[in-house]
Amino acid sequence: MKKLNLPLGEDTILSLKAGDSVLLSGTILTARDCAHKRICEILDRGEKLPFELEGAIIYYAGPCPAKPGMASGSCGPTTSSRMDSFAPKLLDLGLGGMIGKGEMSAEVQKALVRNKKVYFAAIGGAGALYGRAIKKSECVAFADLLSEAVYRLEVVDFPAVVAYDSFGNSIY
Amino acid sequence: MRKIDTSIIAEKLYGMALRAGVNLTPSCRAALESAAESESGEAAKFALKTILENSKTAAEYGMPVCQDTGMAVVIMEIGQDVHLVGEQLKVAVDGAIRRAYADGYFRKSVCDPITRQNTGDNTPAVLHTEIVEGDRIKISYLPKGFGSENMSRLVMLKPAQGVDGIISTIVDTVKIAGSRPCPPVVVGVGIGGSFDTCAYLAKKALLRDVGSANPRGDIARIECEALQKINQLNIGCQGFHGDVTALGVNCEWAPTHIAGLPVAVNIQCHCVRCEKAVI
Repeated sequence: MKKLNLPLGEDTILSLKAGDSVLLSGTILTARDCAHKRICEILDRGEKLPFELEGAIIYYAGPCPAKPGMASGSCGPTTSSRMDSFAPKLLDLGLGGMIGKGEMSAEVQKALVRNKKVYFAAIGGAGALYGRAIKKSECVAFADLLSEAVYRLEVVDFPAVVAYDSFGNSIY
Repeated sequence: MRKIDTSIIAEKLYGMALRAGVNLTPSCRAALESAAESESGEAAKFALKTILENSKTAAEYGMPVCQDTGMAVVIMEIGQDVHLVGEQLKVAVDGAIRRAYADGYFRKSVCDPITRQNTGDNTPAVLHTEIVEGDRIKISYLPKGFGSENMSRLVMLKPAQGVDGIISTIVDTVKIAGSRPCPPVVVGVGIGGSFDTCAYLAKKALLRDVGSANPRGDIARIECEALQKINQLNIGCQGFHGDVTALGVNCEWAPTHIAGLPVAVNIQCHCVRCEKAVI
């Protein structure tokens, strides 16, 4: 299993092949349905996002509230295909990659190849394990969306599998 | 006539909801353990082991086993010799769910369908009531995640399509869902009834233990054959390819119209959380 530190450099991205198991450590941002809609509305208006998109890894997830004394509640991946219509645009604007679960569209795969980026699959339904891999969580945008807000997460040894690599290969 | 205060129902449901959010059902866990043992696909086997490890972590830390703590589906079979007193049943049920989701640190996942504004407390619950004989109340509680709910279908088959049509509807639904609903899935199937009762039967089928068989032989054979065909799809755990795409197929049936054969397929992810109680 490869241990990777985020953000990923181009050499690292090019070394990853669909099916590789990895442990990710570093900073990721959560965003799911409602947050994506807002992100794209802000970009369409030509305004600045309340966080840095360039090089960021977006995790398609909406966490449970943290219990007292814990950094995060359960936080496994949600179904990525609901973000199919947003991902190519964000990749073209500098998004560093995504983590989610399940297949995405052919357009998303093409955008990954075009931008030399990777889509990771986390294990769906392993919410408690992922919650424990989160060491720090902070809401950075759209707090009114509750679990659908954008959270900046510090993760250590977050298990994932390369689902789509930067060469157009797929685990599915 | 037996008087039951709805506050007693609420208290019972509160405990059920708290337990369900954190624990897999014993039959689901057993099916996952058996799948992890037998799976020949390497990545799928890794994912199955991760899922089992996750359920231990959830229990150890009292955390939700999956962050999608679902819409709260409550099915109550109320004996006709029961007289409910106190707060209105629906209000009592929503109160119990509201408290459980706050106290359990569960995710609040219910929103307006148009504005998408979150209701903030995971209410309203989905409450079904049936009037049955006797003076007891049977409560079944199923927190239902939507990654799998989204992959469900209802098809109005022609009577001539028969058993073959039923089986191919079930298998095709799982095939179309692919990796998206968190396989290995459990498949709840409603056969017959009307458009609405068929979907309800599919949901009720998910209350049965994983691996159980319908007492009616010809229905049990449909369950068996559909499961075999699904596990030949090679979708596998998380879509990583493998032998176990479904842990079980549960079918429930009802008489239908001479012109129709409704089939509803309600997909449940590998994270089956279900509690039952009798008052």
